[in-house]
Amino acid sequence: MRRAVVMLTAFLASLFIAFGFGATSAWAEGEALQGTLINNGQPVAGVQITVSSQDGAQVGQVQSGPDGKWTVPVPAAGTYRVELDVTTLPEGLTLTNNRPVLTLPVFEGSARTALFPIGSEAGAGAPVDPGPNRLGQILDLVYTGLHLGLMIALAALGLSLIFGTMGLTNFAHGELVTFGALMAFIFNVFVGLPVIVAGVIAVALGAGFGWFQDRFFWGWLRKRRTGLIGMMIISIGLALTMRYISLYWFRGETRQYSDYVAQPGIDIGPIAIAPKNLIMDLIAIVVLVAVSVALVKTRLGKATRAVSTNPALAAASGINVDAIIRLVWTIGGGLAALAGVMLGVFQGINYQMGFQILLLVFAAVTLGGLGTAFGALLGSLVIGLATQLSTLWIPTELKNVGALAVLIIVILVRPQGILGRRERIG
Amino acid sequence: MNWDVIFSVSLESLIGLSTIVYALAAIGLNVHFGYTGLLNFGQSAFLGVAAYGMAITVTTFGQPFWLGILVGLGGVVVLALLLGIPTLRLRADYLAIVTIAAAEIVRLLFRSVTLSEWTGGSDGLQQFSQSFYDMNPYSSPIETTLISFSTRELWVLTVGWVLVAIALLIVWLLMRSPWGRVIKAIREDEDAVRSLGKNVFSYKIQALILGGVLGSLGGFVFALGLAAIQPDTYGTEFTFYMYTIVILGGAARVFGPVVGSMIFWFLLTFINALLPSLISVGAIPSSIMTTNQAGAVGYILVGIGLMLLLIFRPQGIFGDKKEVMLDAR
Amino acid sequence: MPADQQTDAPAKARAVAALADVPREPGAKKPDPILVVDKVVRRFGGLTAVNVGHVEIQRGAITALIGPNGAGKTTFFNLLTGFDKPDEGNWAFNGQPLQGVAAHKVARRGMVRTFQLTKSLNRLSVIDNMRLGATGQRGENFWRALIPGLWKKQEQDVTERADELLARFKLDAKREDFAGSLSGGQRKLLEMARALMVNPEMVMLDEPMAGVNPALTQSLLGHVKGLRELGMTVLFVEHDMDMVRDISDWVIVMGQGEVIAEGTPDEVMADQRVIDAYLGAHHDGAADPDADPAADTAGPAAPAAPAAGEPAGPTAGATAPKPAKEDGQ
Repeated sequence: MRRAVVMLTAFLASLFIAFGFGATSAWAEGEALQGTLINNGQPVAGVQITVSSQDGAQVGQVQSGPDGKWTVPVPAAGTYRVELDVTTLPEGLTLTNNRPVLTLPVFEGSARTALFPIGSEAGAGAPVDPGPNRLGQILDLVYTGLHLGLMIALAALGLSLIFGTMGLTNFAHGELVTFGALMAFIFNVFVGLPVIVAGVIAVALGAGFGWFQDRFFWGWLRKRRTGLIGMMIISIGLALTMRYISLYWFRGETRQYSDYVAQPGIDIGPIAIAPKNLIMDLIAIVVLVAVSVALVKTRLGKATRAVSTNPALAAASGINVDAIIRLVWTIGGGLAALAGVMLGVFQGINYQMGFQILLLVFAAVTLGGLGTAFGALLGSLVIGLATQLSTLWIPTELKNVGALAVLIIVILVRPQGILGRRERIG
Repeated sequence: MNWDVIFSVSLESLIGLSTIVYALAAIGLNVHFGYTGLLNFGQSAFLGVAAYGMAITVTTFGQPFWLGILVGLGGVVVLALLLGIPTLRLRADYLAIVTIAAAEIVRLLFRSVTLSEWTGGSDGLQQFSQSFYDMNPYSSPIETTLISFSTRELWVLTVGWVLVAIALLIVWLLMRSPWGRVIKAIREDEDAVRSLGKNVFSYKIQALILGGVLGSLGGFVFALGLAAIQPDTYGTEFTFYMYTIVILGGAARVFGPVVGSMIFWFLLTFINALLPSLISVGAIPSSIMTTNQAGAVGYILVGIGLMLLLIFRPQGIFGDKKEVMLDAR
Repeated sequence: MPADQQTDAPAKARAVAALADVPREPGAKKPDPILVVDKVVRRFGGLTAVNVGHVEIQRGAITALIGPNGAGKTTFFNLLTGFDKPDEGNWAFNGQPLQGVAAHKVARRGMVRTFQLTKSLNRLSVIDNMRLGATGQRGENFWRALIPGLWKKQEQDVTERADELLARFKLDAKREDFAGSLSGGQRKLLEMARALMVNPEMVMLDEPMAGVNPALTQSLLGHVKGLRELGMTVLFVEHDMDMVRDISDWVIVMGQGEVIAEGTPDEVMADQRVIDAYLGAHHDGAADPDADPAADTAGPAAPAAPAAGEPAGPTAGATAPKPAKEDGQ
């Protein structure tokens, strides 16, 4: 009992310390209203925003910068009216919630973020950019779908391997994604390293964190013979804890890395893609292929698949099941952190980002067949594509609904998932 | 430090709105998880569908209150069938993933701009509770030194606790009947139950509907008590709180959810009242924690509490170690 | 165990006489078959696990189904009892076609099975395990369950019958204990007794002796023989050749999914095809099908996942590698 408390304290303390890097200095800059205007991962510049006090007096007026950011300092804590001038939005874009005026309280000593969700003109099938034809639009969605799918795949592979080897449906896997993104943010913004270096460090830390979790927490629970459902709910508790520790230190706002925020796209055929996205795709593909090849070709990979298939038999054939599970956690942590960094570059960093993508990751893993690593990869691409392509028929704000609905339909038709096998009874 | 205020809000929370709502939701979840072994991670959707069913009927379509209640209950039954029919033949983890996905779908639909004409989008709906408060028989509020409730609150609490009592009575009656025996046997091993000639699928659907309907009572009370509904209330964390409560009180115990809910809300209210006032008197320096951050601390503690409970007392505070519900699988 | 003493039990004599003239070949016609199987095929991907051309099971006899590991015996059981679906084929029980009939309906028609890995309902008491077996219980209907008066009388009758069976199986002392606290052998007894609560015509036992200590083996054997004296038909899968020789009237041998031989126990065990099937191509001629139990213990011992009793998650073994002993203490 005492040992566990000590471990848990150590584990949490490490999180606190990790997030402690100058956490206090960066955001206590006095009262202000601020925000970042983003459409589909790309900043929206030149939009006019006016802040006025409750009695109608104008406090400030700004235009969003090239990174989509805007800030209006306010004289004191109180309630302010923020208005976004819809006519200054680029053509084809609109506020998806149709609420250009927000009334927000600003608290003492802190900047308040005003959220203006921007999306393509309301209604189904509205073109994302003015101009491109239907084909271009579809290709664009296919690309973003694959891009999203690759990021999901990075997280899903780890989740699937963990499920396969220890049977845990890990609800805290999304927090590993957030962890990666936040670590990269700390090394990028506070320490001042370039995003790429910070990303590499974050992946290493993510792998270390995965190892750490299994070494001091899950491994210990396995030894106590905690049931799988029990562990699943424990992972929910862990996810809540980590998510709100992130909120505690990182606050509720969405922030950006210092580089690669706004990058103009290069034209490839009928669509424009930012080079940063292409490079990230390349990294993701290389990593996924490397892990997959390792699973098939190396001794450790074979041992991992053996443990997934039948842990008791694997143990009897001399495989150290615990060591394999620890390895899987390490790899899973690293992959999830990489997914987090990429997601952070793609759409900004937020304490909820891991949880938000977790459901899509679950969907991907289930779709591919629970516990089958290659199924998870396939499922991820399907989910990524389903998410993006569903916007051809349903509003963008409901695209996750489309992806989750695909999951439910596939389970109806093929319960064991795309690559899964049915179980034997008796 | 306003100790009397801190204690009085904590005491009020023992029997307050949140306690009732979560107790009802957890009673339903206990039928799913504790008794039948169904991993329903979408209980929030049942409450949401009930509340929205009622509010849309009354506010959007101007129909009578009681029809709204019926629509809400009907929606819950339909949701249970939609969730159950595809997944209840599959392994337990599939239900978990599908229900959590479905809950998220429901929430996203509630808050979508496209449907805001009916649902009010992210603002939700108001002005559906007038008929309910018109029935209020209380004419004077309770005001003592420690606790005080307005007449409206009194009416909500009365109705809420009566519903809790009814729900408990139903669960108690069922779980000592042959029906409850089949349900508990399904939790232990559904193939064995099938081999004895019971239609396991049908029982699971019945349990899913029963738990959904009992939980949905919480949805109604919540909506009426606040006289407003908001889509983001019905997120996954709502369900995670309910799990914490079920486990705290002891899974598969009739009174577990009520006891769990009272303890949970007493502690959480206490912490949420204590921290800001500690900050305001300077006992906690604002460099460590601001009032904004204090809100996150409650959640962090819930998460840690849930983990510690499952690790060291999976049977709940009052449970018997032999009856631990969670060691299976 | 009255059957134990009566070495010349009437039912055994009748069964032996009826089977005397049946030709000793796979798919032989029986004088009074209760179960007739035709061309049942089950494939897993490229592997054909079961491919049974024609098989008949004699009414009122004890038939053993033997074969090396992986011969498809359990899969065949699953197919017959509705727990798995064949790719093709049909079979009839008492002249009624059973293909496509759900597992619980198969049980209701009088064909009840047990499982290789015992499926005791751990957190139900022994007596509740037994009561669950009774069919046609009024209190198992949701609405009637709410009114105890409607089922109390029937519950008493069921309990009476359950107590009689418990006494016969010498489990009456454990009546109020959790089934999970029984030893492995006692669980096997309980599972068999529970199956009898269904009032079956035919009992299908999947490895009734696996994991049972020798002291209990005789008692179990006696009970199986007793079933025949009560007019029931028994089909069982077993690796223990002494037991097969001791109690079965007829033996069906499966190898690689097909029925490869039929006959009386002594004839079958001397059959060259059977020895080949068990020992593979390069055996040294020793007719010792008992060699199998070595492989056999590796089979059922490993997955003895204690509480779950089913090969639930892929890690049932990893999280709980120790066999059921702990629950037995």
